[in-house]
Amino acid sequence: MNRRKFLGLMGAAGVSATLGKKAEAAGNVSFDGYPGSKGVLFDATRCIGCRKCEVGCNEINGLPAPEKPFDDLTVLDTERRTENEAYTVVNKYETGKGSVFRKIQCMHCLEPACASACFVSAFRKQPSGAVSYDESVCVGCRYCMVACPFEVPTYSYNDPITPKVIKCHLCEPHIQSGKVEVPGCVGKCPKEALVYGERSELIRIARRRIEAHPERYVDHIYGEREMGGTSWLYLSGVPFGELGMREDLGTHSGPELTSGALSVVPMVPALWPLLLAGVYGMTKRQHKIADNEKADAVAEAIATTQAEADTKLKAAMQRAQSDKEATVKREVEKARQEAIREAEEAARAAAEGDDNADNGEKEEEGA
Amino acid sequence: MSTEAVSNKSVFTPFNVITGAIIAMGLILTVMRFYNGLGTVTNLDNNNPWGIWIGFDLLVGVVLAAGGYTTSSAVLLFGMKKHRAAVRPALLTAFLGYFFVVVALTYDLGRPWRLPYPFVVQSGTTSMLFEVGLCVALYLTVLFLEFSPAALEWLGFKRLRNWIHKGTIALTVFGVVLSTLHQSSLGALYLIAPSKLHPLWYSTYLPTFFFISSIAAGLSMVMFEGWISHKAFHDHMSEEYLGQHDDLYYGFAKGASWVLLGYFFAKVIGIAVDDEWHLLATGWGQWFLIELLGFVLMPCLLYAIGAREKNLKLIRWTALLTVAGIILNRLNVSLIAFNYHLPADQRYFPSWQEFGITIFVCTLIVVTFRFIVTRMPIFHDHPDYKDHH
Ligand code: SF4
Ligand code: SF4
Repeated sequence: MNRRKFLGLMGAAGVSATLGKKAEAAGNVSFDGYPGSKGVLFDATRCIGCRKCEVGCNEINGLPAPEKPFDDLTVLDTERRTENEAYTVVNKYETGKGSVFRKIQCMHCLEPACASACFVSAFRKQPSGAVSYDESVCVGCRYCMVACPFEVPTYSYNDPITPKVIKCHLCEPHIQSGKVEVPGCVGKCPKEALVYGERSELIRIARRRIEAHPERYVDHIYGEREMGGTSWLYLSGVPFGELGMREDLGTHSGPELTSGALSVVPMVPALWPLLLAGVYGMTKRQHKIADNEKADAVAEAIATTQAEADTKLKAAMQRAQSDKEATVKREVEKARQEAIREAEEAARAAAEGDDNADNGEKEEEGA
Repeated sequence: MSTEAVSNKSVFTPFNVITGAIIAMGLILTVMRFYNGLGTVTNLDNNNPWGIWIGFDLLVGVVLAAGGYTTSSAVLLFGMKKHRAAVRPALLTAFLGYFFVVVALTYDLGRPWRLPYPFVVQSGTTSMLFEVGLCVALYLTVLFLEFSPAALEWLGFKRLRNWIHKGTIALTVFGVVLSTLHQSSLGALYLIAPSKLHPLWYSTYLPTFFFISSIAAGLSMVMFEGWISHKAFHDHMSEEYLGQHDDLYYGFAKGASWVLLGYFFAKVIGIAVDDEWHLLATGWGQWFLIELLGFVLMPCLLYAIGAREKNLKLIRWTALLTVAGIILNRLNVSLIAFNYHLPADQRYFPSWQEFGITIFVCTLIVVTFRFIVTRMPIFHDHPDYKDHH
């Protein structure tokens, strides 16, 4: 119909018959998360920026004390990101509705980009909802950090022997061991800005809140579909862009982004050798034909030269032959003439007699 | 300046002094890197996990080593038979290129001794990096085998050499397959990060772009290296090599010109499909146009002119321009246009130590190359194997 579509079709049919966007080919695209898996709903309209969630995370994970104490709220004046010593941070944003706070941590994607990027499968989406990380296989390539669209994982750059990737684990180990029932951050929130529960239930809660107070919320649950969906869900009264959250991530999950290219991989070893063998065969044949033609041409040239040489030789021989014959004839003739003359002279001498012999000799001399 | 001549005179030639200093610096930095960790020698951080050791040493290193598969397939498969003498230098460069890519990688990896883990402990088969790793590992093996006859001739292992020589065509085909895969997969590495790479460079065709441009890079590198080697190692070159030399330039220049034209159209289609014309008017758009017009279209035209007019000088400089363009492209994708959304103070710029290691590794390549070509039959045939092709 329009130009864009047309070019898209061309692209799909042409250059990228191979690399098209057929993510479905690689499967697990409509994965909606494990049934009953857990997540957390964060409501920015309730958050007061008290940093208690940071405290909860710090305590339960035994992290070192921060430079400035947690009750120092001036920290909020500069934007921060997750760090090796802080799996979660709260930032303050000035918006059309005044100061709004947002908590940052691993989103625990349903189909995590980090997991699809890791070449040793160190990341796993657990049935519980958490995206776990296994330090014991990590090679330290940091591709997971490149891949994460939320810029969450951090790395212990200063550890020469056992550096590792660090990020929120949704308190999976603590919940499994029975130490707590909800993640450390959720348990410490005084304003119920954080709700832990089944993801499907959280989505229902979020919808009800939006419906009950349409004036308070923007009509969007961040994380419901972003990057294929995340286990952490966000509600906000201002557009998410104003909270430093990317609104251009799209709904494709990490694996979907690469599955097209990956699906081509088996085609290359399957087809290339055949094509190359064909090309090789062709060039070889061409070379052979060329060689044969060359050989033929050479043979022909030799033959012609031979023939030419033969005729020349023959001619030369003939010429030589006739030359020889002529010479012989000439010599014979000469010899004959000589003989005749000699004979005549001898006869004449005999006829003139013996007395005239002297004169005869003189005469001859005079003659 | 062959090594024999050098050893007769003083060891303190300018070449030796400079390489010596670089190697000494490299060794000190190596100790620092492995003793204190990545943090003390690099400017990498949590927003910028990949720096020039990936952007230059890996991405550029691999694409500039593409001369191996392009030359060997052009000569052995596509019938440019008379340029046989160009194959060995190209294969040697490719082998050294890949070998040192892996060496450089050990600096960047947090736990380099776990490099075999993806293959022996646990595989992440959904990862593009897995594919890159597998192909590079296999291709390095193939290159080693392809190059080994030269070393074996030098060492005098006739039987083994002849045995490996028999597999030349199979190895070449295998090499092309592996190269196609990993050259394109290096582009595919960035498919996972559409929100981080500037849309003018991000495209679902990234793997195709990387593959096509690797052909142009390979051809250009062969010409560029030929030019340099010609100056440095003229004494070690056979009549045959020198005799075919100019002709090779014309053939490769023509080929590179067509490939660059194809690449140019592919890039334009990429913009069209994603409908990103409006972005060309931005600052990033101008930068993109400089790359596309100055470093793709321009060398494409210059190559065509050079090949038509048999202008060796023009072709050589164009080869240099193309190589620069490829480097620029890989750096754009991996560093310059990557994380374009971050505020300036959070952007990455390499530390001097990172440059130091990169220069160190490049120097090691040159030194090894020099060691090999002055000893082994690379630019000439070994007398025992004159007619073995
Ligand atoms: S937010 Fe990032 S680190 Fe967390 S699961 Fe998603 S991709 Fe992985
Ligand atoms: S750094 Fe570790 S966890 Fe991250 S992708 Fe590499 S191997 Fe996987």
